[in-house]
Amino acid sequence: MAESNRRKAPEGEYVPKADDDLLICRCEEVSQGDIRRALHQGLRTMNEIKRETRLGMGLCQGQTCTRIARAFIARELGVAPGEVGLPTPRTPARPVPMTVIARDGIMDEAAGEGI
Amino acid sequence: MAETNDVIIIGGGVIGCSIAYYLTKKGIKPLVIEKREIGTGGSSRNGGGVRQSARDPRELPLAMHGVKNLWPGLSEELGSDVEYCQGGNLRMGKTEAHIKFLTAMVESQKKLGLELEMVDGDRVKEILPYASDSIIGASWCPTDGHGNPMLTTLAFYKKALEKGAEFIVGESVEDVIIRKGKVAGVRTDGGTYDAPLVINAAGVGARDIARKVGLDIPMQPRLVEVIVTDQQPVLFDQMLGTAGSDFYGHQSKHGSFVFGGMTGWEDREFYDHRQVTKSNTAPATCRAILDYFPWMERTNVVRAWSGILAVVADGVPVMGPAEELPGFYFASCFCGHGYGISPAVGEQMAELVAEGRSTLPLDAFRFDRFLPKN
Repeated sequence: MAESNRRKAPEGEYVPKADDDLLICRCEEVSQGDIRRALHQGLRTMNEIKRETRLGMGLCQGQTCTRIARAFIARELGVAPGEVGLPTPRTPARPVPMTVIARDGIMDEAAGEGI
Repeated sequence: MAETNDVIIIGGGVIGCSIAYYLTKKGIKPLVIEKREIGTGGSSRNGGGVRQSARDPRELPLAMHGVKNLWPGLSEELGSDVEYCQGGNLRMGKTEAHIKFLTAMVESQKKLGLELEMVDGDRVKEILPYASDSIIGASWCPTDGHGNPMLTTLAFYKKALEKGAEFIVGESVEDVIIRKGKVAGVRTDGGTYDAPLVINAAGVGARDIARKVGLDIPMQPRLVEVIVTDQQPVLFDQMLGTAGSDFYGHQSKHGSFVFGGMTGWEDREFYDHRQVTKSNTAPATCRAILDYFPWMERTNVVRAWSGILAVVADGVPVMGPAEELPGFYFASCFCGHGYGISPAVGEQMAELVAEGRSTLPLDAFRFDRFLPKN
């Protein structure tokens, strides 16, 4: 067995650090401390930390914070950023009003749309 | 040399993590083997409903037990907020055919001891002032609600880990080891683990796992898609559905709306078992939503995701021991309604494994219901 696959129970209480208040995800106001707490409790991957803290789940969908968060998590775990992986990407790339999506595929012939 | 464990659970989803947690409460420390990440299948890809109404009668006792005895104290028990909200379930109708369908459902569920009622359009407006005038009635179950599936899965995981359960994440089960006709452990792509008892909680992967020991479940995967909006002021706490099943969902504690929907073309589309979002589903879902909530037209969709349901031929999960192979247990194929009953399933499966019997009967879910009868 690869020992890195084994998840371990947290050792003792989480010890806060001086820079815990520094924000990583601005949209959802997720701080370094939030991520450290999640790691301390046994979460390891970007998706797991995303689901726990809402990291990268705001308006920009992680387009600002994903790389910063990945580097931070890698540093905390003492691994290469590539080993942390990336969160699952989601469509749409930008927020789109519901009414725009609802009209997708519907053509208004009077307005000259369609064939 | 292989490690020895009391129990191995295949699958680190909400069911696997829930069973693991309730086993640790009974002094058993299971080993959970997850091939990808914790809660990455249907566990974090569902509408979050904690629903009793419109449940299959076979599942209803589990759902009612969970709502009465487990969900209310779950956040406190696990030490993490699972965002459980008992706001009721409103299943809305717009046509006479809808009302007829809902009335029949309400009558049959009342007979099974569930408290729910039919309400008219005015009463719908009282419960949900934001609904459009086109709604002429609804079924209303005030004890239903919703939770956050991602947080629930991780809460079970964290607490199980803390109480001594072990998790191997990133290894895929290649075989179930059998010695002298009994389960002896599993072999993964990373190692071999001994255990006299293996629980197949692999969700949509459960059929593949079962086939490794020569058992087959009549289960087919089915894609479901959901859209999530940006953060909005908190407007309502009900779980919503429609008689036509064109959309369902709720507003999360965060303020975003989480709405699932269908195109009606699901059965006829090519589908290669990947979790994809299709170009025609989000538009169909948005059209359905705007019919019920026209004021949502300016609400932004920020993401869409999909998940795979493990749908069994007779519509209920497979749970309990497989008599064909001593030591092999099922807790899988929840057909898209596993989240709401996950605490009850974990508790009952832990009892079954630890004590040989569960308080609530699980016989209706036994694997041998698929076998030819004399």
